[in-house]
Amino acid sequence: MDQNVDITLTVNGQPVTRRVPARTNLVDFVRYELELTGSHVGCEHGVCGACTIRVDGQIVRGCLMLAAQADGAEVETIEGLSEDGSIADLQQAFHERNAVQCGFCTPGMLLTAEELLQKNPTPSREDIREFISGNYCRCTGYQAIVDAIERVANERNA
Amino acid sequence: MKPAPFAYVRAENLAQVFDLLDEHGDDARILAGGQSLMATLNMRLSAPEVLIDINHIDGLSDITNDGTTLRIGALARHSQVLESADVAKMAPLIAQAMPHVAHQAIRNRGTFGGSIAFADPAAELPAVSRAIDAKILLQSRNGTRSVAANDFYLGLFETAMQPDELLVGVEVPGIADGERTAFLELARRSGDYAIVGIGVQGRIDGGTFSDMRLVFLGAGDRPILASAAADVLNGNPHNDETVAAAQAALDADLDPMSDLNGPPEMKMHLARVLTKRALTALAA
Ligand SMILES: Cc1cc2nc3c(=O)[nH]c(=O)nc-3n(C[C@H](O)[C@H](O)[C@H](O)COP(=O)(O)OP(=O)(O)OC[C@H]3O[C@@H](n4cnc5c(N)ncnc54)[C@H](O)[C@@H]3O)c2cc1C
Ligand code: FES
Ligand code: FES
Repeated sequence: MDQNVDITLTVNGQPVTRRVPARTNLVDFVRYELELTGSHVGCEHGVCGACTIRVDGQIVRGCLMLAAQADGAEVETIEGLSEDGSIADLQQAFHERNAVQCGFCTPGMLLTAEELLQKNPTPSREDIREFISGNYCRCTGYQAIVDAIERVANERNA
Repeated sequence: MKPAPFAYVRAENLAQVFDLLDEHGDDARILAGGQSLMATLNMRLSAPEVLIDINHIDGLSDITNDGTTLRIGALARHSQVLESADVAKMAPLIAQAMPHVAHQAIRNRGTFGGSIAFADPAAELPAVSRAIDAKILLQSRNGTRSVAANDFYLGLFETAMQPDELLVGVEVPGIADGERTAFLELARRSGDYAIVGIGVQGRIDGGTFSDMRLVFLGAGDRPILASAAADVLNGNPHNDETVAAAQAALDADLDPMSDLNGPPEMKMHLARVLTKRALTALAA
């Protein structure tokens, strides 16, 4: 059987058509095929959250979804969200609060934080910790990340 | 790591799934949410030749409630089940367990049916299915059969599902008036698989236990219904003596395996601690 698949999808609003090996996962597809390297690859088994990508409006693990499965989908990566300005306040707050150190976890952390604020505009610190529980950060100790997300929640509600 | 090469088919209907299962047998694997399967493929613990993606088959993701029975389609995502008012009303134990199932990004893809089919002994939903008399609906070319959750889990990652069958949904009788529920688990990180967990459903009328069902995850080679502990509770008052007797009875119910979390003795200890806490929560 054919081990390649033809896919057509939009990535950050741009239509993309490619022929890919069926085993290519979505995060490798955006990194190697589209050269969007903002989504990172850590564990490749769903544990770390570095590969977080938005598909049809919801965050997913880019390492646990095949590019073939994204045929027909709307995919958004950190590059798209940065360019359209929709998370500029979160990025600013992460920067100012020093919630970014090496930056490896940051794209995934930002996409996750944005989904939290869309679902729950008034999260408690506990809600924030719970929601980002699937995203490992090995640098910051999380405190600054929780602070930054809390600040943006407050600002957006002001 | 990357998975070994495979072919991918996006199935459009059930007939196509059954054809592909016939044709490829053991070399094919059903791809639902992929949140367990893709991880095992990436680690090359398994190398199927064909993945049959069932995500685009119509009618498999509905959650319906006819007032007596709740039906959860196999493809209902964990996040969909978590937010369902019907689930909260008809099967509160599922609603209480669901926040413990993985993390948001995984819940957005992972499916109810995939979790039951995968039958991880440390997973929440298989264990809960045993406490609430769920029925597992299995469809093949020959029709649909229904297997009681209590007859479904046969061993470590082993179920009564046959190779030519697809899990299409789960039916749950709505919780009866006066029944109470509690769900607790211990995990290193919120959303990780439990070290040990417990689900409880039953009655405490006038301070006396009845109809008690206790299920455990992470405490054996499959999800476990602790019937010896339930027997000790039923008909007896909620007090320290009864709770201690139920904790002791767990020796007959549970046979935890040693794993990365620790030895069987530690798991038995944690199971007893959780039992007491869950019974206290049930009475509250
Ligand atoms: C980091 C991480 C943490 C997790 N933590 C938890 C947790 O705490 N608790 C928990 O319960 N789960 C956890 N999971 C697993 C998650 O819940 C999975 O979604 C679930 O176990 C499998 O569902 P799926 O739809 O993703 O199935 P898939 O991964 O697609 O499939 C799993 C297996 O079931 C088979 N299968 C799937 N659907 C069907 C069907 N309808 N009929 C027949 N066979 C089928 C597949 O062929 C495969 O063998 C975690 C996963 C990750 C990556
Ligand atoms: S690389 Fe996907 S979760 Fe770690
Ligand atoms: S900033 Fe380095 S991992 Fe989070």
